[in-house]
Amino acid sequence: MNSKKINASNFIVALVALGLLLLPAYSALTGNIFILTLFTRIVIFALAAASLNLIMGYGGMMSFGHAAYLGIGGYAVGILAYEGIGSGFIQWPVALAVSALYALVIGALSLRTRGVYFIMITLAFAQMAYYVTSGLSRYGGDDGLTIYKRSTFGGLIDLSNRVQFYYLCLACLFGGIYLIWRIVNSRFGMVVRGVRSNEQRMQAIGFHANRYRLVCFVISGTICGLAGALLANNTDFISPATMYWTRSGDLMVMVILGGMGSLFGPVIGTIVFLVLEEVLSQFTEYWALIMGPLLLLIVLFARGGIMGVLGRLSRG
Amino acid sequence: MLVLIEQSLNGLQFGLLLFLLAAGLTLVFGIMDFVNLAHGSLYMMGAYFAATFVAWTNSFVLGILMALGATLLLGIALEFIALRHLYGRDHLDQVLATFGLILFFNDAVRLIWGPAGLSLPLPAWLTVPVQIVPGVFYPAYRLSIIVVALAVAALLYLVVMRTRIGMLIRAGASNREMIGALGINIKLLFTLVFGLGAALAGLAGLMQAPILTVQIGMGENILILAFVIIVIGGIGSIRGAFLAAIFVGMIDTLGRAFLPDLLRMVLSSAAASTAAPALSSMLIYLLMAIVLVVRPEGLFPAAKR
Amino acid sequence: MVDSLANSLADPLLRVENLVRSFGGIKATDNLSLDVLPGELHAIIGPNGAGKTTLISQLTGQLMPNSGAIHFAGRNVTWLPSYERSRLGLARSFQITCLLPDFTAADNVALAAQAHDGHSFRFWGAARKEKHLRDAAQAALTRVGLAQRADVPVSELSHGEQRELELAVALATKPQLLLLDEPMAGLGVTESARMVTLLKELRKEVTIVLVEHDMEAVFALADRITVLVYGRVIASGDPDAIRTNEEVKRAYLGEQHAVTRHG
Repeated sequence: MNSKKINASNFIVALVALGLLLLPAYSALTGNIFILTLFTRIVIFALAAASLNLIMGYGGMMSFGHAAYLGIGGYAVGILAYEGIGSGFIQWPVALAVSALYALVIGALSLRTRGVYFIMITLAFAQMAYYVTSGLSRYGGDDGLTIYKRSTFGGLIDLSNRVQFYYLCLACLFGGIYLIWRIVNSRFGMVVRGVRSNEQRMQAIGFHANRYRLVCFVISGTICGLAGALLANNTDFISPATMYWTRSGDLMVMVILGGMGSLFGPVIGTIVFLVLEEVLSQFTEYWALIMGPLLLLIVLFARGGIMGVLGRLSRG
Repeated sequence: MLVLIEQSLNGLQFGLLLFLLAAGLTLVFGIMDFVNLAHGSLYMMGAYFAATFVAWTNSFVLGILMALGATLLLGIALEFIALRHLYGRDHLDQVLATFGLILFFNDAVRLIWGPAGLSLPLPAWLTVPVQIVPGVFYPAYRLSIIVVALAVAALLYLVVMRTRIGMLIRAGASNREMIGALGINIKLLFTLVFGLGAALAGLAGLMQAPILTVQIGMGENILILAFVIIVIGGIGSIRGAFLAAIFVGMIDTLGRAFLPDLLRMVLSSAAASTAAPALSSMLIYLLMAIVLVVRPEGLFPAAKR
Repeated sequence: MVDSLANSLADPLLRVENLVRSFGGIKATDNLSLDVLPGELHAIIGPNGAGKTTLISQLTGQLMPNSGAIHFAGRNVTWLPSYERSRLGLARSFQITCLLPDFTAADNVALAAQAHDGHSFRFWGAARKEKHLRDAAQAALTRVGLAQRADVPVSELSHGEQRELELAVALATKPQLLLLDEPMAGLGVTESARMVTLLKELRKEVTIVLVEHDMEAVFALADRITVLVYGRVIASGDPDAIRTNEEVKRAYLGEQHAVTRHG
């Protein structure tokens, strides 16, 4: 991690953090509700991207199935709401627990493979989750499930109030990033990063690499499950489409765009990705025609993402 | 009993289609160490080309031959313009770049052909039922899929195992630098192999077009199945892909056909109809999970990799 | 008679029995047996292709044998994964430098110390701030002469410094048996001499198995030498016996004289 100097990276990060904090004020002043809802969505996805960055950037595990946790968290909220349990104090822990369990099982299976096979398998399992939820006709199946009432927290906070909800999401994002920061610098985090750097070396000095990978995988999935619960509340709706594999791809792009293995990269990457998507879709219905090749070019030429570019600017 | 035979043949047919797709994917991965997510897009283009050309030329056979050629050319063009720059890169880079291509293709198709999808009607002579065994009838077209796919598989086997080109392919799979040192034009070889992969994908796409679907996003769904097959079948092994594909095709088809009834024997009717579709979709992934637990390197992995 | 007396006085720390490892048709380890006594510095020499690294890899668990047995400190470790052997006190340095390229020298050594300092499922406190780990790392680095370079990223270290770091990392795991795979490979004259001095000190604290091509170093350091050719032991004994052994001279030392060492 960079020491705290005034340089391009830190400056941009501080600016972005400040902007996110003051956004509701801006929205109130200008009467622009849309920007508040857009950025609520961005903040939620940034949390999901940050959780993916933990296993991808720090852990070296390229999971192409991360959107599954968004779905799991979301459906935990949705299904419980449907069955009459509206309290967030029950819904959200369930969302976290189910995500953790799913991550444990899928992780244990997938981590028996490496490299591109790991990518394929995480992809396959996420798609399995998609198909399974599509088959749950009681909960809407393909059409999805409407959530008529957002999670309640016994009067502590009102999620249907846009501003309160935004700040809750932001708190989760900042809290999540802080947690990830502590984790990657802890003993555990050093082992995970070491395993990414040179697995054979780590095994030779006495670390059971896969055990650490698995725990990291579970932590990451759990955090993303929280994002899923937030997402369901944001859209008042959850459907299998949330887990469709292209959404996992989107998450990966957000992480890579921002800069894999950098703490704030996922936030920057998510903002750029979703804002770009929004702007492009205003211009044309066929925005993927531009996004697609753009992605290709980024992969070919801008390694290290945005934070990487900023980092080079800071040093040079 | 009749239903069992029919469903088994359907399973075989589905499995063979999956094999064609998986073979192309594993060939490209084995030789060029290149993960091509856009393989599914080539499958989709095969179907779209077929529907379009058959409508233009009013001839089924001519149309699909043109479609095959078009997909082959598209594959080669893609390799030449964009994908060859990705050889030797991190697999993750390849995954992301080809993912970008998928998005591009889906929207390009939507732009050119519209969002609704197409249909490809069969000529009359292919819709007649054929009596394969006394008392058992099976649609001619589905039968021809099986025959064509088996023929292609046999041809692939002969080419890879018995010809000089095949030898280069197998050598290239284990040692790229060596064949370069032998003075073989690597770039040309790679382009040809990619073209072959594209043609296989396109063939699978156009063959299933009349009976299944021609729509945007069709490539992605089946691509994942191809991945599952490669994982189950074994790393770098075409023989493994063949066996795994048949296996997966059978399990998926028979599962979907008979699972609801099997479940109804143990559960209530309501529970069975809720659980059945979800469970049938899961079968293949469960199979993959079991293979991963028991033999992570796949059921028939290639000798050395 | 003398042998069995010696054996009863000191049970071997490492016992290898009839180890076999093939790659396709080639037997890289061909029915190999060998003993390492506690406290000794046991050198393993042999021409290129003799299977020395293959042997080391099987001893530390990076590679599994086809058959045979390996006993360490009385335990059968033949099939144990490498991380478990490390925990039992078996440490290794690699012939081809195997470090964590994204970390500093100090980080590399501190992680090795961390592996043997309780468990690492701690998620909150910063590992880099754990004083006893940093101290242990600094101590190991000082021993190999890298104290000044502690905060330098591995990628910026010279080849010689990386070889020294390999040793420091192995030392930080507080091993009972140190398996060194060509620690002096690619080192200059001064660095080699420093390494030899260091090994002379270390041998008083830890049992060492040394795979090396540098014959001067081997004969200066070794208590016993085992000679490997094509995966088989052709001779084993004290340096004088090996020096005068005809078969060894033919197979190996004869070639060695024709090869210049320091490059």
